[in-house]
Amino acid sequence: MRDTTAEGYVTADGRRIGGVLMEMRNITLRFGGVKAITDISFDIREGEIRAIIGPNGAGKSSMLNVISGFYVPQEGEVWFRGQRRPPMKPYQVARMGIARTFQNIALFEGMSVLDNVMTGRLTHVRSGILDQAIWWGRAEREEDEHRAKVERIIDFLEIQHIRKTPVARLPYGLKKRVELARALAAEPRLLLLDEPMAGMNVEEKEDMCRFILDVNDEFGTTICLIEHDMGVVMDLSDRVVVMDYGKKIGDGPPDEVRRSKAVIDAYLGVSHD
Amino acid sequence: MLYREAGDFKTSYRDDAQTFPIAFDRWRYYAVLAVAFGVIPFVINDYWANAILIPFLIYAIAAIGLNILTGYCGQVSLGTGGFMAVGAYATYKLMTAFPDVSILIHILLAGGITAAVGVLFGLPSLRIKGFYLAVATLAAQFFLVWLFNKVPWFYNYSASGQISAPERTFLGIALTGPASPAWAAYLTCLVFCVALAWLARNLTRGPLGRQWMAIRDMDIAAEIIGVNPLRAKLTAFAISSFFVGIAGALFFAVYLGAAEVGESFGIQKSFLVLFMIIIGGLGSIFGSFAGAAFLVLLPVLLKNTLVGGLGWPTDLAAHLELMIVGALIIVFLIAEPHGMAQLWRVAKEKLRLWPFPH
Repeated sequence: MRDTTAEGYVTADGRRIGGVLMEMRNITLRFGGVKAITDISFDIREGEIRAIIGPNGAGKSSMLNVISGFYVPQEGEVWFRGQRRPPMKPYQVARMGIARTFQNIALFEGMSVLDNVMTGRLTHVRSGILDQAIWWGRAEREEDEHRAKVERIIDFLEIQHIRKTPVARLPYGLKKRVELARALAAEPRLLLLDEPMAGMNVEEKEDMCRFILDVNDEFGTTICLIEHDMGVVMDLSDRVVVMDYGKKIGDGPPDEVRRSKAVIDAYLGVSHD
Repeated sequence: MLYREAGDFKTSYRDDAQTFPIAFDRWRYYAVLAVAFGVIPFVINDYWANAILIPFLIYAIAAIGLNILTGYCGQVSLGTGGFMAVGAYATYKLMTAFPDVSILIHILLAGGITAAVGVLFGLPSLRIKGFYLAVATLAAQFFLVWLFNKVPWFYNYSASGQISAPERTFLGIALTGPASPAWAAYLTCLVFCVALAWLARNLTRGPLGRQWMAIRDMDIAAEIIGVNPLRAKLTAFAISSFFVGIAGALFFAVYLGAAEVGESFGIQKSFLVLFMIIIGGLGSIFGSFAGAAFLVLLPVLLKNTLVGGLGWPTDLAAHLELMIVGALIIVFLIAEPHGMAQLWRVAKEKLRLWPFPH
C-alpha cells in the first residue's frame, strides 16, 4: 500500500501525497556547548500532515525554529522546493510561503481579530506607499481582494462573530484559532504549528483537530506540527518524526512508530547508559 | 435617536471599512469641514487665529506625526522639537535661497528634508527599543538644537541668531511675514492639516498601518508573518518626521514669523507634543486632534478665568497650568491609558445603544 518513492504515496484514507516539499539534511544546532539538535534529517512532502513528537526538551521547537528561520543551524542544509535555502531572516522565509503559529500565542493584542488576520496577507501586498497614502484605485481594490480572502478564512474557522473584537478580550481557545487564521491568510505552502492544542480542553482539541484536517483537505496545505498529546498525533498525522535529546529516534507512519522500541523507551523513560 | 447603526446595512467590504461607518458621524464630519472652510475664514480675527486656531492646527499636524511613530509603530520619540526645528530651518533656507518658488512647495520640501533626517536618527531603532530609544531620540533633540545654534549658515549669519520669515505671497495674498492676514494664515494651516490627516488615515488603515501596529504589538510575530522590521520602522520614522517637519515649517513661517531655535523648538516642545498624544490617545488620529485642542485651549481657558475673571497674577496662573497638566497626565495614564480618543469611543458605543442598553 505504501510507496515512499520520489513521486509520493497514497495514505490509508486514500489521500494522494506528492513529492518532497522540504528536506532537512543532517541538521546540527548548538547553543554554545549545548547541542539542541544532532544530525537530524527528514523530509516533508506536498499535502502531508507531518508531526514532530518527543519528550520535553527533545529539540522539537528548536527544529521548528530552524525551519522558520529563527535559528541558523551550524551544520546541515535546508532544502525547500528543490533548492537549497541559504540562511535567511524570518520575514524572508515567510515570503517563501512558510507560515507558523506559536506555542504561546503571538497575536497583536492591540488590534481587532479582522486586522490580525489581515496582517497575514502582508506578504501578498503589491501596492506601494503612495498608492496607500492616496487610497484610490489600486490600494483600495487590493484591500477588497484581501478582505474577501480573509473573510473566507474567517468563515472557514467559524470566527465571524468576533471579527471586530479586540484580540486581547478573547479567551484562550479562540486566540489559538485566530492565530491559525492569520497563518492561513498568508496562503502558505507549508504551515508550521507549534503545539496547536496545548492548554486546551477536550472539546477545543477536537475542534482544532477538525480544523487542521479540513485545512489540509480543503486548501491542500502541507502541515508540519509539534504536539504532546499522543492520541491526537497518531490520529492526525501521516508520518511522524520522533526526537529525544536532540536526536532522531524514529521516523515513519504512526502505527510503525508506536511499536518502535526506541520510542517506547524514550516515552517510558529507560535509563540511558 | 440619530445615532444608530440599525437599518444602515453594509453591502460591501469597502462600506464596512470606511472611516465613519455611521451615517450621523459622516454628516457631522462634513459639517465640521464646511464650517472650517466656509464660515471661520470670514469671521476670524487676529486673537482667535493666533491664540487658538493656528496653534491648534499646527500642533495637530505634529501630534499626528508623533502618533504615527509612537502610537502606531510603538517607537518612543523625544525628538519632536528637534525635527520641527529641521522643518523650520529648512523652510527658512529654501525661502531665502529660492525666493521665486512658491512657499507652499518650500514647506513640502522642508517636510521631505525632515523625513530624511528622521530616517537617519531612526536607524538606532533597529537595535534598541523603549527607554533606550527614547534616550537616543533625546540626543537627536539636543544635537539638532545645538547644530542650529552653532552653525551660522543655518540662520544666514544674522546678528541675533534668529531666523525670520520674509514675506511670501500665494495668488497675491501674503501667507508669511507681518502683513499676512489672519484668515490666509489660518487657511494655509487648515489645508495642510486636513490633507495630512487624510493621508495619515489612509496610511494607518491599510497594509502599512498594519505593519506598524504589528511591530508595535509584537515584533517577533510581525517578522514571522513577513514584516521587514527595518523597512517598517524606517517608513514610520520617515512619514512621522515628514509630518513633524511640516508642522515645524508652518510654526515658524506662518505662525511665529521669527524664531530662535532653543526657545521655539526646545525639549519643552517635544514633551508638549508627547503629552498631546498621551492625553489625546495613542494610535488614534482623532486623539491627536483632541490632545492638541486640549493642550492649546487649556492655557487660554485658565488664563481667561484666573487672570481675566478672578484677577490673579499671571505667573500664578502659569504655574497652576503646569500643575494641572501634570496632574491630568497622571490621571489619564492611570484611568484611561488610551486617552480621550478611548473615552470618545466608549461614549459612542454607549450612545449606539442608548436608551436601551440591553
